[in-house]
Amino acid sequence: MKRAPLPRWVDLALIPFLNLVMALAVAGVVVALVGENPIRAMKVMIDGAFVYPGSLGYTLYYTTNFIFTGLAVAVAFQARLFNIGGEGQAAMGGLGAALICLGLDPYIPGILVIPIAIAAAAFFGAAWAFLPGFLQATRGSHVVITTIMFNFIAAGILVTLLTGPLIEPGQSTPQTRDIAPDATLPKIHEIARALGFDMASSPLNISIIVAVLACVGVWLLIWRTPLGYRMRTLGQSEPAAVYSGVAVKRTIVVVMCISGGLAGLMAINDVMGAQEKLLINFTAGYGFTGIAVALMGRSHPVGIVLASLLFGALYQGGAELSFEFSTIDRDMVLVIQGLIILFSGALAYMLETPLGRLFQPRRATAGA
Amino acid sequence: MSEGVETVAGVSGDAPPAVALKAITKVFGLVRANDAVDLNVPQGTIHGIIGENGAGKSTLVSILSGHYRADEGEITLFGEPVKLNTSADAIAQGIGMVHQHFMLVPNFTVLENLMLGLAQTKLLASSREMVRDKLNHLIAAYGLEVDADAVVERLPVGFQQRVEIIKALIGGGRILILDEPTGVLTPDETDQMFESLRILKAQGVTVILITHKLREIMAITDNVSVMRHGKMVAHRKTAETSREELAELMVGRAVEAVRNDATVSAGEVVMDVRGVSLRDEAGTLRLKDVSLELRAGEIVGIAGVAGNGQSELLAVLSAMRAPNQGEIRVGGRTISAKTPADPRDMRHLGVAHVPEDRHREGLVLPFHMSENAVLGYLRHARSGRRWFIKKGRMEDRCADLMGAFDVRPPDPRLRANNFSGGNQQKLVMAREHGAEPKVLLVGQPTRGVDIGAIEFIHRQLLALRDRGCAILVVSVELDEIMALSDRIIAMNAGRIVGEVPGKGADRQEVGLMMAGVGKGAITSERAAS
Amino acid sequence: MLDGSFSAIWLDAMQIGSSTLRLATPLILCAMAGLFSERAGVVDIGLEGKLLMGAFAAAAVASLSGSPWAGLIAAIGAGMAMALLHGFATITHRGDQIVSGVAINILAAGFTIVLGIALFSQGGQSPPLAREERFGPIDLPFAEAWASVPYLGPFYETFLSGHNLLVYVALLAVPISAFVLFATAFGLRIRAVGEAPEAVDSAGYSVAWLRYRAVIIAGVLCGVAGAYLSIAHGGGFVRDMSAGKGYIALAALIFGKWQPVPTLFACLLFGALESSAARLSNVEIPFIGEIPIDVILIAPYVLTVVLLAGFFGRATPPRALSVPYVKDR
Repeated sequence: MKRAPLPRWVDLALIPFLNLVMALAVAGVVVALVGENPIRAMKVMIDGAFVYPGSLGYTLYYTTNFIFTGLAVAVAFQARLFNIGGEGQAAMGGLGAALICLGLDPYIPGILVIPIAIAAAAFFGAAWAFLPGFLQATRGSHVVITTIMFNFIAAGILVTLLTGPLIEPGQSTPQTRDIAPDATLPKIHEIARALGFDMASSPLNISIIVAVLACVGVWLLIWRTPLGYRMRTLGQSEPAAVYSGVAVKRTIVVVMCISGGLAGLMAINDVMGAQEKLLINFTAGYGFTGIAVALMGRSHPVGIVLASLLFGALYQGGAELSFEFSTIDRDMVLVIQGLIILFSGALAYMLETPLGRLFQPRRATAGA
Repeated sequence: MSEGVETVAGVSGDAPPAVALKAITKVFGLVRANDAVDLNVPQGTIHGIIGENGAGKSTLVSILSGHYRADEGEITLFGEPVKLNTSADAIAQGIGMVHQHFMLVPNFTVLENLMLGLAQTKLLASSREMVRDKLNHLIAAYGLEVDADAVVERLPVGFQQRVEIIKALIGGGRILILDEPTGVLTPDETDQMFESLRILKAQGVTVILITHKLREIMAITDNVSVMRHGKMVAHRKTAETSREELAELMVGRAVEAVRNDATVSAGEVVMDVRGVSLRDEAGTLRLKDVSLELRAGEIVGIAGVAGNGQSELLAVLSAMRAPNQGEIRVGGRTISAKTPADPRDMRHLGVAHVPEDRHREGLVLPFHMSENAVLGYLRHARSGRRWFIKKGRMEDRCADLMGAFDVRPPDPRLRANNFSGGNQQKLVMAREHGAEPKVLLVGQPTRGVDIGAIEFIHRQLLALRDRGCAILVVSVELDEIMALSDRIIAMNAGRIVGEVPGKGADRQEVGLMMAGVGKGAITSERAAS
Repeated sequence: MLDGSFSAIWLDAMQIGSSTLRLATPLILCAMAGLFSERAGVVDIGLEGKLLMGAFAAAAVASLSGSPWAGLIAAIGAGMAMALLHGFATITHRGDQIVSGVAINILAAGFTIVLGIALFSQGGQSPPLAREERFGPIDLPFAEAWASVPYLGPFYETFLSGHNLLVYVALLAVPISAFVLFATAFGLRIRAVGEAPEAVDSAGYSVAWLRYRAVIIAGVLCGVAGAYLSIAHGGGFVRDMSAGKGYIALAALIFGKWQPVPTLFACLLFGALESSAARLSNVEIPFIGEIPIDVILIAPYVLTVVLLAGFFGRATPPRALSVPYVKDR
């Protein structure tokens, strides 16, 4: 009954690696079925993600998105809450950032607008996660269903606003006017060029620094603070949390707000960095990709950075597919993403049993 | 009706045994849960199987009910060798199983639950009357009265168990296996069930009773088999054995239980409970006007059948739940519905709590032991700057606790689920002792703990008492209450029904109080005699 | 005259009803799918993905073979394949049912486009389907003859008649589902396995096999719903054509408290909201002004959240929902 835990390196490195291999293998079979050469497709994707000029910048730009949404899912996972609402929270985060930028950029200097807008993105994302968290805590409404519903509601709100009050006057495309240049986040290639380095243009901007700081913050939060300890206690055993004096309801709400805030921060990368305006559907499924990232990164910030890099490369490399092939394009990445969620999430126990047998130490139980 | 009844005549000396097991072996990983087990159960008898937790009783009956498949060995039923690979095989062979945890669909009616188990037509309408007829036959034959259209979850526990017994017999069951059937029953319900078993036996049904309670074995069985560490160590005719002999066989050595023999003079009142009532979410009153005092340097034992309010009492006293009425005074604070506290407050007030269910509450099983060592006591993990907790401090704290309570292996970096039940409980005990509490609440101190650890834990509780702590012990094991307590308080249906001094307490009297019959006060003359 | 305007309103109502029925059809089929799966204790947020796969398979095969029936069979097969994947992950390997559902939804979104491009090279769409490649409207007997009968005529001719086959299949799916779940031994076991799987196990039935059967039925129904979208209601597959309908069906199932008939009404309500959204757009409503179409379209989601919060009485899900069954304690 009591199985000894797998060695750490198996759990943290081998299993994610095998899951990735399985996902890529199945995706390769699909590519082959479609009549293309999977090895060549792989090479195109790697070239597209890392080799072509500027491609690394794009890859890291996508990586930034996934770090935020991956952290959002992971933080909630630690308390055994499944926040599927990253998509909606990011959308609302974008709304928050855009409202601040558009509302303040005519009046105060950009350098002041930026921190307020970043805070607004986090705040709006957190606010959008607050209600699902609150309903889960006080009324027992399942956070999975409510966050799915909130995704649709957020999309509806954004469409309504972008086709109405927020639309750029005189335009028919549902998007806002451009944010004043000094209130946008500096691009990395601009900084590099200012410092005298040559660098290809890409949408990569200083959001990535915010993302890395968020990783450090999440790591500290989960493993080095009383709140993190309480979150994990709640996640592993609610009765133990009650017993030890964790305020369960408050913790659920706080965790959801932190999670939503992280998802909301994703928006600064796009709204204040890459596009410099609020577009419809700018979240483009990144919120859902966060689930794959968190599962693959085993809800650990280091794992999330690695998984985000992988998905960043897949997204950017995937974009190259349609240039090189007539029959496959970047939607192949969706297939890989689904497979990764399947293998490292839903089928997580499939490998554990055989690997457990393989790495079972001689002494089965301690003490006894 | 069922073949079971026809075999009545067959209960003679040369009839083949109802159940014969030969060299049954079942291995889980590295554990031999059943090791070459032999068993013979004559037809129409009640056969007890007794053993400690983890002795392999449950595995054995799981094999007999087709839930597990034996790795080796032979099963013979009524003289015919059989293979029991699935539950369906066992049912087809007339083996009916009543599990410790009921296998009923709570929101189905009794009839629907019975239909679930019976081979039947595709449409429910046609099988409904057939099952109803069978049920009526069973009621007539065995006196197992029950309302067919009642929703199971609304029935009292004793009736739910009756439904389980009917389920086991209605398909033609000839062998009835009951796994720890009395744990959830009141003494009264237990008596009723035993009465039913006697009727079943008279009708020719063979009964196998799994229990760890010696009293039940002595009360109702014809024969008894004793298991220890996966092996069958002895078979006895119940009439020819004694409780002492069985206890020794179960444990493997003479049992020297810890006894609280000291006469203590209890100190001042450290926790004062006044008129506490509690309702559950469904609005049912779980605690009714409970008042008691805990004094420094005494152990108060709460005796009661499981589910009579003891768990709720612990929950209220530890502030995991707020009382609906009444108040608790402790450490200069008054806790009531209007001024609730949380478990953290209680720990600050010097109230420590060893919960009843260490797997769900007392420990976070996937956590390292070091993290478990500060569960509820994060102050032992905080670094100088209040914002952060320090791993090193947790590990040092854990190592200290493990040393003090002899937790093995003494490695703070192992996860809690890698430790045995006894060692897990020792860590929980150590953690709560380590807070040097004024009041210690203890629920089921030795549930699922091996004998060696039981002795250790009992000694530690007595030692803590001697240092002046007030201890409240809740246990369903009356023997444990009798052994430890300075005062014994009996609970029934959420009320305190009586109190007797621990020293010289009469077991029958306490049992009567638990059943809600006796009232305290009658104690003195009996203690004198 | 009063009578005349009233019958005009009646005819209008019948037209709205008719379009409600058409919009509710995929919801009904998916919700019945979810009903089987969730009553057996397996959460099914993968309705969306199965619906999408069904829609794609139906359009692709109908287009290649020229037969809507072949398309329907393919859709059922695709729905079942996804359902089996869900079962393999959650029943056989006891994986998280929600994670598995998310995986299925994302997989379906990717697969349909990748295969669509490979097959038709039209950016993920199928070619538009010809009339004989689709399920066309069926006129019920005497529909035209009776159309002039006051009230009953429009009800019969406009509301009931003239739908394609799969609309009627969806309407029949509700009583059949109710019958299977509540009047057969199989249904009794399905419901039991979603409430107390250990009871079913101890009675000698395989929990896994029962759950597999429930999940497969869900796959079949989702497949039919998918076929409806692409080869009956619509005239071909377009990417992401399920457009959240699977989630709305799930919402309807919760709204209907996991009961067939209330779930049907929830589907009809959500269908009515969608059909009225189209009619109400750009219509001035007194005191409120113009209601943005998006506000009406998000109403099902808002209603579901409000329901989940317990304001319309609490919905009790099957007790063992989302809990993998572990045989050895």
